[in-house]
Amino acid sequence: MRTLHLKVLRDAVHAKGQLTAILVLVACGVSVFVMLRSMHGYLRGGQERYYREYAFGDVFAHVTRAPLSLEPRVAAVEGVAAVYPRLVEDVLLDVPGLAEPATGRLVSLPDAGEPPLNRLALREGGLPSSGRRDQVVLSVAFARANGLRVGDRLGAILNGRLESLTVVGTALSPEFIYEISGYGQIFPDNRRFGALWMSRSAMETAFEMEGAFDDLVVDLSPGASEAGVIAALDRLLDPYGNAGAYGRDLHVSHEFLEGEIDETTITASFFPAVFLVVTAFLLHSTLLRIVRMEREQIGLMKAFGITPPALALHYLQLALIPVVLGSLVGAGLGLWMAEAMAVVYAQFFQFPEVGFTPDPGVVGVGLGIAMLTGVTGALGAAMSVTRLHPAVAMAPPAPPVFREGPLERTRLWRALSAEGRIIVRNLSRTRLKSLSTVAGIGLSLGILGALFSMFDAIDTIARVQFDGVQREDVAVYFHQTRSGNAEDALARMPGVLAVEPFRTVAVRFSHGPREERSVILGLDVDTKLRRMVDARSVVHRPTPDGVVLGALLARKLDAEPGDRVRMEVVEGRRRVHDVRVAGVIDELMGGGGYMEKAALHRMLGEGPTASGAWLRIDEAADAAVYEALKHSPSVAGIQVRELTIRGFRETIEQSFAIALGSTLVLGMALVMAIVYNQTRISLSERGRELASLRVLGFDRREVARMLLGEQAILVAAALPLGVLLGWFLTWLVIQRFESDLFSMPVVVTASTYVRAIAVVVVSAVLSGLLVRRRLDRLDLIAVLKTRE
Amino acid sequence: MQAPLEFRPPAVPARPVFRARALTKVYVMGEVEVRALEPTDLDLWAEEMVVVLGPSGSGKSTLLNILGGLDVPTSGHVVFHDHDLSAADEAELTRFRREHVGFVFQFFNLLPSLTAAENVRLVTEIAERPMDPLEALGLVGLSERVDHFPAQLSGGEQQRVAIARAIAKRPDVLLCDEPTGSLDYETGKIVLDVLERVNRETGTLTVIVTHNAAIGALGDRILRLRDGRIVREERNAVRASPADIEW
Repeated sequence: MRTLHLKVLRDAVHAKGQLTAILVLVACGVSVFVMLRSMHGYLRGGQERYYREYAFGDVFAHVTRAPLSLEPRVAAVEGVAAVYPRLVEDVLLDVPGLAEPATGRLVSLPDAGEPPLNRLALREGGLPSSGRRDQVVLSVAFARANGLRVGDRLGAILNGRLESLTVVGTALSPEFIYEISGYGQIFPDNRRFGALWMSRSAMETAFEMEGAFDDLVVDLSPGASEAGVIAALDRLLDPYGNAGAYGRDLHVSHEFLEGEIDETTITASFFPAVFLVVTAFLLHSTLLRIVRMEREQIGLMKAFGITPPALALHYLQLALIPVVLGSLVGAGLGLWMAEAMAVVYAQFFQFPEVGFTPDPGVVGVGLGIAMLTGVTGALGAAMSVTRLHPAVAMAPPAPPVFREGPLERTRLWRALSAEGRIIVRNLSRTRLKSLSTVAGIGLSLGILGALFSMFDAIDTIARVQFDGVQREDVAVYFHQTRSGNAEDALARMPGVLAVEPFRTVAVRFSHGPREERSVILGLDVDTKLRRMVDARSVVHRPTPDGVVLGALLARKLDAEPGDRVRMEVVEGRRRVHDVRVAGVIDELMGGGGYMEKAALHRMLGEGPTASGAWLRIDEAADAAVYEALKHSPSVAGIQVRELTIRGFRETIEQSFAIALGSTLVLGMALVMAIVYNQTRISLSERGRELASLRVLGFDRREVARMLLGEQAILVAAALPLGVLLGWFLTWLVIQRFESDLFSMPVVVTASTYVRAIAVVVVSAVLSGLLVRRRLDRLDLIAVLKTRE
Repeated sequence: MQAPLEFRPPAVPARPVFRARALTKVYVMGEVEVRALEPTDLDLWAEEMVVVLGPSGSGKSTLLNILGGLDVPTSGHVVFHDHDLSAADEAELTRFRREHVGFVFQFFNLLPSLTAAENVRLVTEIAERPMDPLEALGLVGLSERVDHFPAQLSGGEQQRVAIARAIAKRPDVLLCDEPTGSLDYETGKIVLDVLERVNRETGTLTVIVTHNAAIGALGDRILRLRDGRIVREERNAVRASPADIEW
């Protein structure tokens, strides 16, 4: 059998072009699988370990102020395993080297020992001493982004007073894996938002919270009903300004991490599946052609007494060479990319361990799937060898049979040149192969189009959000709602040109059996700095009679314009109102409800009050404005529009560059492999015919047109299919992306698809040129003397 | 851009269609030199039927390939009317084949995806003053089978389609390489009959290359080749009819 092995190797070298194309596809599929499954395991494993070791809570609640004496009653709730009441306050920070104020989320630590839940993973230094209100631990990401080290100092406004804090340590926490403020942020901005930890006694004094808590972390006992505990907590906490207890699914850091992990699962199945299906198809057609060309040899070997199973195995081995090599290359590449991705993830997600260790299980599964695909693709052709009778095998194959189709009685057909008829008849004779090719190329275009559309969607979000909605220069958020003259103080600051106060109020909507926590934003009818703009850039106005709901919220509530919804105000006297849905706005970011500000005040039974304000400032005087804001006791956080836009763009560029690059490579590889192999097979099947044409006086270009024209028609036929698939994939991806914070529009622009089509066409042309070189070397004399 | 070639056959056949002088062909295969054609002189005239006879390896196919513009000689000259084929580049040879040569092959080399009429039309579409494809098929006696695909035709019928395809462009020379080589006796005779008639009725210079000595009787001239040389040239005072020959 050793000689047969030698033949396998020689045959492989002979068909190296086609086998290389298959190798590339397998490598792409396996590498994406290994990378994404590794990332999945890395994130999931990291998350589980981290949550377990650092006791991440299961249910969370925030209140205005509740007595610590409530703790035993919470602990007594059925299903509660542990309760940790604590203090959490947002404060403005004056960070050295940062012009604008940053926002710190100050979290209390027990004066002795570690917190029972949401523990810290200390990275540097130590914990603050009991009662020292000048000592804090900083989140690692915030410290790193601002170049702060243990011993450095920064300013903070604690309950109205600017104080100097010393960094005594840096730490990570399972509740800040994805560290965002929630003030309209989607991506972490580690320079301007971060967590800080201070001793409880120090915070009690600073915020006058002795014997009280405003934040609660609860751990559930195994098998406990989360919904039951949440309902019980709400009943207990409602008298204390409860914003509504919630589970991990609404915890912003957890939600983002879950979203990312989910996404790797889907992508890890979708991309490799596409590649492996195309691989199986190409292996099938390539091997079938090789077997047909080696009919005589097969007959000869059978005549020598080599058994059919041994022969089938022989051809299976040939097919598996590129599969095995491709999987090994893919596995190596996948692990290498996974390591690189782990570094990227570490910038977004703050985990204690950044190190990535390859998972042999993932690699094994990847190799296994590839082998299975290879065998599936090759089996049909390999088995056809066993059915070939030696005597039949050594005779030339019957000529391909062509028949007149229904098309040939049309007027169009009569106008077609002989050249055109050859192309059409060849395509229709190998209908399944043609359709598979169209499907494969269409899918490639779809993937490229969908990816490019993501950029359009993001551009649209940025345009609508930053040009249409957020027109302020600075958004200021107050600690508590302030009545009357809050905006006057802001308006008096040097450099402030205009102030528009706004009112937000946390509410619980219910409509029939559905219930949602949300926020109502009260806006002036003639608001200029913050507008309600939908996905089509149409500006809406708040109405005095009723609430306008964001589309996502409306969907969750199953509410339509004209319906009445129940609205429980989650602050003050917790009044319940029955309001009319005045409209639904299909917005991209946000997702709460809107009312006219005066109407909101009336409903809440209050005079003019503000939760914050939007400012327009004199660009030349921004430093003065920031300086004044840093010293404003009422301000809990600010958001600078310019910086938000810059952060948004930078994050998109960084994180999407990888996706763009890899999808481009994958899409091109798919198209090139398909077109190259199909053209090579056609060339091999029709080489004699094409050489005859050359003898008859057709020049190289004409002959190339006959061969490549077939592929060109298939590519052209794949384009409309690809555009449809692209639209569908975009829609599918966007459904997945939709979250409480933002939704993405399905944007399909001509220029996007022109670019995607260009990539497909260029790839196809490159493959065509590779084959054309062979076409130019056709042996004209041999065809006169040989039969196929 | 290259200048269009002009191959204008003279009004009076005062000069041969092909004039070959000191033609040689040496194939270098690895370290071995194969002398396929020793210095050969040859003239071929319009309206002639020439049969080139010889065993395999005698150089007859090499000669045909050079005359047909599929190959160039290693040394010497072959001139078609006024045009030196030995100096022509690939594009010029392609053009020469396209405009002036009709080929008939041993294995027919029809396009399986085209019907009989379409196989002929394929060539008439690129020719300057072709016959109607149906007329050409009529000349070979296939008027009834024009819409059949090659797979639906017998070997003899396929070869007649190939002949119709070769003559439809009104070539200056019809080159036939073992045209009966893969046909049975009866069918072979039918095909030879068609070739003989085409030569007689259209006056196209016809060169038949074969190892079948019996076919020599059909030619105006017989060239016998051995070891790359023309060892003998014979003239038939009267051309035999295909019906009269046997092998």
